[in-house]
Amino acid sequence: MPASRPGKEGVPPSTKAGRTGIFAGIGDTPLVELDFLEEIPDGVRLFAKLESTNPGGSIKDRPVARMLSAALRDGRLDGDRRLLDSSSGNAGIAYAMLGAALDIPVTLVVPGNASLERLQRIRAHGAELILTDPIEGYDHALRETQRLAAEKPERYWHCDQYSNEENWRAHYDGTGAELLAQVGEAAGSAPDAFVAGVGTGGTITGAGHRLREANPELHITCVIPDVFPGIEGLKPLGAPDDIVPAILHEELIDERIDVRMEQATAMCRRLSQAGLFVGPSSGAYVHAALQVAATGRYPIVATILSDGGERYASTGMWG
Amino acid sequence: MSSVIVRIPTPLRSFAGGQSEITAEGADVGAVLGAIGADHPELLARIMKDDGQPREFVNIYLGSDNVRTLNGMDTPVSEGDVLSVLPAVAGGAA
Repeated sequence: MPASRPGKEGVPPSTKAGRTGIFAGIGDTPLVELDFLEEIPDGVRLFAKLESTNPGGSIKDRPVARMLSAALRDGRLDGDRRLLDSSSGNAGIAYAMLGAALDIPVTLVVPGNASLERLQRIRAHGAELILTDPIEGYDHALRETQRLAAEKPERYWHCDQYSNEENWRAHYDGTGAELLAQVGEAAGSAPDAFVAGVGTGGTITGAGHRLREANPELHITCVIPDVFPGIEGLKPLGAPDDIVPAILHEELIDERIDVRMEQATAMCRRLSQAGLFVGPSSGAYVHAALQVAATGRYPIVATILSDGGERYASTGMWG
Repeated sequence: MSSVIVRIPTPLRSFAGGQSEITAEGADVGAVLGAIGADHPELLARIMKDDGQPREFVNIYLGSDNVRTLNGMDTPVSEGDVLSVLPAVAGGAA
């Protein structure tokens, strides 16, 4: 592997010489302008970060790299315990990939209906998978993870992407800072609107804070999936029993836009015809971003293309 | 007619009177779900389209088999079978 370099997401202590080079490939993703979408009114520009270019194929590489680096640096993750967390797949891939690179054993609690491609990749990196009953939903996997961590603290170190402050900081220093620089270079100023959703709340909190510091008038839109069948990785945040991530700063959110899975995947298919092969959460973000753009009130709109379309083929979304 | 157990996913239980399982009768998958829909129309609307087929990204399993790989909604059921309604992806829903 190539030599590592200091990155925004952090590089862990080099306890395994030569195995931390993969961290250097995380972040600094391309910015694309979605100028081919005809609904965008004159005077409005829509930009998106293409996060599938991260080594693990999704934006989740950023927070996972940052959380692991901080834990290793602070001595919270030692060699005697397994790294434990829950995931609907993308964070799980990042944990498995970086755990393999660092020679850290990884256990992931994942709903049994996570896409086959995700489960195969996690297994390929050698992580242990605990599959929960999909009928009980994603929060059940989260609660099962909490139970395991509480019952066996000598066996597991719970990274807990839902409450780990390094999660949103990765997006503050990385995703948000990159958006500012790249949009600034392309359009001459900071975004006027930012569209994202809530999985753990890391992206919208971290990038949201960073962008609003640059533009106090920034309008932040949160994409809300329908409760069923839902959109992979996005929480609806609607029901009283829903777990609200501790790191989510809800006060940042100005507006919520409901998006159904059918709308998200229709947008994915449309984007694929323009050369962008992305997953359903990205389609949902662009669907909502077009609504924000169509108001004409925000000259520069920014959003995220969180992962690629390859890992959804088994769901039938590409026909 | 066979009596079949239908397992309801967490996000849809509010449309099923809070039940995690419902027992219904029918000769095939479509008939069983239709029987449930008679009592819980909002539940059925979130599972099936107006044409009687499952919504996109909604999977219905007979035991461990996705009925799309069998005979779809026409798949015959037997006494004591278990149907599970699942989203095609592991979303963030409760």
